Amino acid sequence: MPATTSPQTDAPAFDAEAFRADFPALQQDIYEDTPLVYLDNAATSQKPTAVIDRLDHFYRHENSNVHRGVHRLSQEATDEYESARQSLTEFINAQREEEVIFTRGTTEGLNLIASTFGEMTVSEDDEILLTEMEHHSNIVPWQMLAERVGAEIRVLPVNDRGELEMNRLDEFLTDDTALVAVTHVSNTLGTINPIEALIDAAHAVDVPVVVDGAQSAPHLPVDVQALDADFFVFSGHKMFGPTGIGILYGKHEHLEAMPPYHGGGDMIDEVSFDGTTYDAPPHKFEAGTPNIADVIGLGTAAEYMMDLDWTAVQAHEDDVLSYATEKVGAIDGLRLIGTAAAKTSVLSFVFDDIHPYDAGTFLDRLGIAVRTGHHCTQPLVKRYGLPGTIRASFAAYNTRQDVDRLVEGIQNVKSMLG
Amino acid sequence: MPGTDTVSDRAQEIVDEFSLFSDWMGRYEYLIELGDDIPLLPDEHKTDDNYVHGCQSDVWIHAEYDDENSVLHFQGDSNAKITKGLAALVIRVLNEQPPEAVANASFDFLDDIGLQDNLSSQRNNGLQAMIEQMQERAKTFRN
Repeated sequence: MPATTSPQTDAPAFDAEAFRADFPALQQDIYEDTPLVYLDNAATSQKPTAVIDRLDHFYRHENSNVHRGVHRLSQEATDEYESARQSLTEFINAQREEEVIFTRGTTEGLNLIASTFGEMTVSEDDEILLTEMEHHSNIVPWQMLAERVGAEIRVLPVNDRGELEMNRLDEFLTDDTALVAVTHVSNTLGTINPIEALIDAAHAVDVPVVVDGAQSAPHLPVDVQALDADFFVFSGHKMFGPTGIGILYGKHEHLEAMPPYHGGGDMIDEVSFDGTTYDAPPHKFEAGTPNIADVIGLGTAAEYMMDLDWTAVQAHEDDVLSYATEKVGAIDGLRLIGTAAAKTSVLSFVFDDIHPYDAGTFLDRLGIAVRTGHHCTQPLVKRYGLPGTIRASFAAYNTRQDVDRLVEGIQNVKSMLG
Repeated sequence: MPGTDTVSDRAQEIVDEFSLFSDWMGRYEYLIELGDDIPLLPDEHKTDDNYVHGCQSDVWIHAEYDDENSVLHFQGDSNAKITKGLAALVIRVLNEQPPEAVANASFDFLDDIGLQDNLSSQRNNGLQAMIEQMQERAKTFRN
């Protein structure tokens, strides 16, 4: 997790069962007497009581608009809102709070960058470098930009294991490359990309890099200064926070140079019918009444994560993933998709003779929540010649027992559908 | 057999059959069996025109009008067994029915067979897309 959290060597090993008790949604039965095994964390994580209570408290006691009111409640809401920005600044180790913009999530962050920084940076005949494992949200905004300005999209391929073909980077990072946009961790394969190497290579030829951190912020240390990423975007709801809220980190020099994305209240310096001047970052990019409660809830989620001993958490997550890889990978008639050397928290697989949707439907009926399909990475899934995969994705509250339930579920699916 | 029994007769028949199973597993197994039993759709009918958009899995529904008996013939296929079973159910109630009956058919019976609750909303959307496509086809044959 955040690099600012130093390992607490005197802390006890991570107690996943105790941690799990923090999450009310995990304590329920699905379909009568079938306890829920939630393995769809790459889509969204469950929320701890601390975050749920924080939202409840805001609406019961603090609800007010921010940045405008002179009354006490509005001042308190504004303080809480800006205090959440401080927490997120610490969470990603940004240099300054002004570099942290609240967005609706990763998708909005990427669209914002494409529409503002992208428009400034990418011109006709330029190239935008993506990778074959990108989520649609890190493909489509760039395609839209490329179409608008007459640029070309280049795609760095992945190998059969699901790793980027870094040895071919020279072929793709050319004199025409104007921007690189790459995911930190693949939502479909779990691959952790060598993001530092990519950023270094791009910066060596003066190309800025946008990092999609949707799948890394919940599992890996994120230190935007150490990474030297130009932009880093992620969503709150995958890291125990509320839905509809996320972060766009941008280097201050970029944010200052960028035009606003949306126009409206709270982003202006002065408005007249002759013209308008804009506020400084971050407010330049936060037009209108923001998602106040969820910003505050996300601040709580970031604090909650920073309170954990992440050395122990990561050891636990690695253990669950290796256990799952071993147990699920040993099942006959089933193939793991994505076997990169560096992986986190995602196990994608397919059966030789069972459609992922059939498998997913039966697993659901057995209480096991997995995702099936292309996971909004159609080009990647097509690259493997598949109709989709079955994806079990883990969070810190998942245990080896959850994996055992998944394996038992898969055996049932095989006997029913195989 | 060309439509002596109505859409609702056939729907009731299906509801009665599904009520024989006390657990979800039995109902699903039966659904899959029904899908396995429908005639295979020849590859030449697996066209873009017959492809049902809105399903997570691949589904094709082929419709032909039988002039002599004034009824529609439907055939369907899917690469997922549960989807194919659902196609089989819908085809069973609509096959060999006059276009008017197909266009006006009600599918309330799907709520009564104890599967709908267990189907993800996306699969339900797919089922809805299948039904809509068949009803649209029927309208093109209606006088």
